[in-house]
Amino acid sequence: MTTTIESPDRIEPEEPGGPDAHGPGSHGPGGNGHDGEHAHHEGPKGILNWLTSTDHKVIGKSYMITSLVLFFISGAMALVIRAQLANPTSSLVNFQTYNELFTMHGSLMLYLFAGPFAFGGLANYIVPLQVGAPDMAYPRLNALSYWLYLGGSSLMTLSFMVAGGAASFGWVAYAPLSNAINSPGAGTDMWLLSLGLTGFSAIFTGVNLVATIFYLRAPGMTMFRVPIFSWNMLVTGILILIAFPVLFGAAVLLYCDRHFGTHIYTVSGGGVPVLWQHLFWFFGHPEVYILALPYFGLVTEIIPAFSRKPLFGYRGMVFATLSIAALSTGVWAHHMFTTGVVLLPFFSLLSYLIAVPTGIKFFNWIGTMWGGQLSFQTPMLFSMGFLFAFLMGGVTGVLLASPPVDFMTHDTYFVVAHFHQVLIGTTVFAGFAGFYFWYPKMYGRMLNERLGKLHFWTLFIGFWITFVPQYLLGLRGMPRRIADYLPTNGWTFLNEMSTVGAMIIGISFLFFLANLVTSWRRPVVAGDNPWDGGGLEWFTSSPPPHHNFTHLPPIRSERPTWDYNHPEHRKDESHGDKRHREHEQETVGAPS
Amino acid sequence: MNAFTTGSPTSLPARDHSAVDTPDGEATPPRRRRWTKGAIGAAIAAPVVLGGCNMYPTYGASRGATTQGQDTFKLFSGMMTTGIVIGGFVGILILWTIIRYRRRSDAMPKQFHESIPIEILYTGIPIIVVAFLFLFTVLTENNVDATVPVNATVTSTGTPVEHVKVTAFQWGWRFDYPGHNVSIAGDVTNGPGDHGPQMVVPYGETLQVTLVSNDVIHGFYVRDFNFSRYALPGVVNNFDLNVINPGTYAGQCTQICGLYHTEMLFTVKAVTPAQFQTWLSGEVAAGHTLQRQPKSAADTPPPYTHVTPSNALAAPSSKKGSL
Repeated sequence: MTTTIESPDRIEPEEPGGPDAHGPGSHGPGGNGHDGEHAHHEGPKGILNWLTSTDHKVIGKSYMITSLVLFFISGAMALVIRAQLANPTSSLVNFQTYNELFTMHGSLMLYLFAGPFAFGGLANYIVPLQVGAPDMAYPRLNALSYWLYLGGSSLMTLSFMVAGGAASFGWVAYAPLSNAINSPGAGTDMWLLSLGLTGFSAIFTGVNLVATIFYLRAPGMTMFRVPIFSWNMLVTGILILIAFPVLFGAAVLLYCDRHFGTHIYTVSGGGVPVLWQHLFWFFGHPEVYILALPYFGLVTEIIPAFSRKPLFGYRGMVFATLSIAALSTGVWAHHMFTTGVVLLPFFSLLSYLIAVPTGIKFFNWIGTMWGGQLSFQTPMLFSMGFLFAFLMGGVTGVLLASPPVDFMTHDTYFVVAHFHQVLIGTTVFAGFAGFYFWYPKMYGRMLNERLGKLHFWTLFIGFWITFVPQYLLGLRGMPRRIADYLPTNGWTFLNEMSTVGAMIIGISFLFFLANLVTSWRRPVVAGDNPWDGGGLEWFTSSPPPHHNFTHLPPIRSERPTWDYNHPEHRKDESHGDKRHREHEQETVGAPS
Repeated sequence: MNAFTTGSPTSLPARDHSAVDTPDGEATPPRRRRWTKGAIGAAIAAPVVLGGCNMYPTYGASRGATTQGQDTFKLFSGMMTTGIVIGGFVGILILWTIIRYRRRSDAMPKQFHESIPIEILYTGIPIIVVAFLFLFTVLTENNVDATVPVNATVTSTGTPVEHVKVTAFQWGWRFDYPGHNVSIAGDVTNGPGDHGPQMVVPYGETLQVTLVSNDVIHGFYVRDFNFSRYALPGVVNNFDLNVINPGTYAGQCTQICGLYHTEMLFTVKAVTPAQFQTWLSGEVAAGHTLQRQPKSAADTPPPYTHVTPSNALAAPSSKKGSL
């Protein structure tokens, strides 16, 4: 897995302020030589390297590739679902298959793609680089995390093969539909075991992220100089530690109900079915932010880089992230407004309040762009796509915080459209923004701009055509998770439109695949810092050497590489400490 | 190759940061003032235009066939308008920023990174907006959730109260009228044109629904009532519906409940109280009474058959075709 594209313009450490003279691709100081590094790290090569590596970069890439494969599998399921719903009385798939498809679409996307792509893939790769660490705090735990994830993912995906088919009760698995009477068969058990395995993989990654960011920061990197992406990953890690153990516990109890004759979630034995919902959503709502915060962080890295400005409101951003995380543990029952057994005003108020820090983030992003010099390369385009998608998803989310409006729209396509806008806004628009942004760092090659822009525009257009009609469908009474509807419902045209949009989204990813192939067959060397980024990850070579850095710039703000490359544009007023400006280079952690 | 060229710091044109913060250093106050005026005008005009046509635009939703549904609709519509105004403002702001500050030169923009007063402003205003939304939510919620006592026959204002017990089961509905010894049940629909069992209710009176489930969780949802509630096993949910208009309203299970979730339809037919009484006596005469029910599908679910994609085709739905 170790890519060995050498930067052609690898140069000796330069005097500050000079790197620009060397033209594009040499903004970083370079000089983190591979040659010297390889002499110190004689590991196994090829497949054996991949199997045995504890390098966060190898594991991060493995995570990313695995989760992208699952994303494509799950996306294909979505296209089948949309094809089935394109017209009334359609018989493309039968009810059972349909139920399995939407269950696995949701499960794969939420458990196996959205989270792992962010915290297992991008964060695993980038966070140690951003905080100036040679690796994650617990490299072996990190490797274990990936193998658990791969095992759990395979288990869930392969559950289609067993008798009775895959799980078919929706990704939320509400009891008692998920018990042994209503959902017998190995598919459900595989689904539960997969939650256990991937849940532990998430917990291990969470432990690693928290420990790495707390204890492995480079000298000079105080907490308020940690880049926002790493800050968000710290908070995500903490949320993982809060949420995933609850899910695991709930899943174990469900497994006991299914196999050991307990009655925790069944009325007949004195159990309480709604307990599952409480436990599930106590995991599930922090999970929403486990899925969202990393992507907020990505966008917060990308927008400053392409605006040529520092982030506007760094501290505000940190506090907004912390308050979102704190509030997210107290809003789980807003998924349960229509159960009739929760205290509505409390959960409604807390849900409303989440709009405030989310709004702060929006205005901080706008403030960052304000007065900047914006250039719209692919990562920035995708970030703009995220802003618009998440704006509409966020505004409709505020409506759903109101219990009466939730009564009106719960379990209809209004909610489906809402969370797809939020989740595609974050995981797909922002996720791929991050992918386009950091791919040059990971592989040392650029992705093609023209194909990237085609990918963006087809995705962006398809996205609106798919999901705006779904809001209207929901308001016209179309429930979610139905395989069919009547011609007299008046839902046909909107469904046709939505299906056309989904197919356009499907096509957009062909451009993405073409882009990967192009970059692989006709590599364009990226250099250390193609985007003039500010984080430490842009200081080292692309791809970084085995232990990431041979030397570091002085860290006096949240964008040390920027300060190093643009000494006359340092942020002087805060975070930084002028007294240390004379020290231009510090050597740390270099294997010698 | 794809990397954009960074302007060499030494080539940075001398510029006065204090004059204007436009990146190219050109003073453009007239244009900015026009923009500002336009934005303020639009912000004032938007609610007027929206409100001028109709105080509560539907946005595709139902105006509600019950008093509760109408209350909910008004809240929904008001929140949508608020959302469109605020979301529109933020969206236009983003769009404007994108266009206004697109890269025009290699000049280095001013490196400002915070403004405490502005940050306090955009923290404070959303809190106020949210507080108002919450206030309206609570007021509406109290109306929607208000129920008459379980055994009441008239409301405090003298309106008669009818009680219906709705039992959801895999996969159908049973509507019991305990005061009248009437029970209607029906399961999965059989082809297009079959809209499931019908719940007949009087309009102009208060209808109290007691919602229970026999097996898994189902969702009782009538689009024109702007209302849904889970039928939770082990939980008895009560809610009131004051149907205003006569008509037939489509309902459907909204919570995934197994194989035939899609076909778990029902309808609600609102008739005059007199027609309602006539209908009740007709049903009693037809033998649709509570005593008949133990034989129904609701109380004795069919023995479990293992459903796989292949034998699902042979299952009762005639509508489903091949794989």
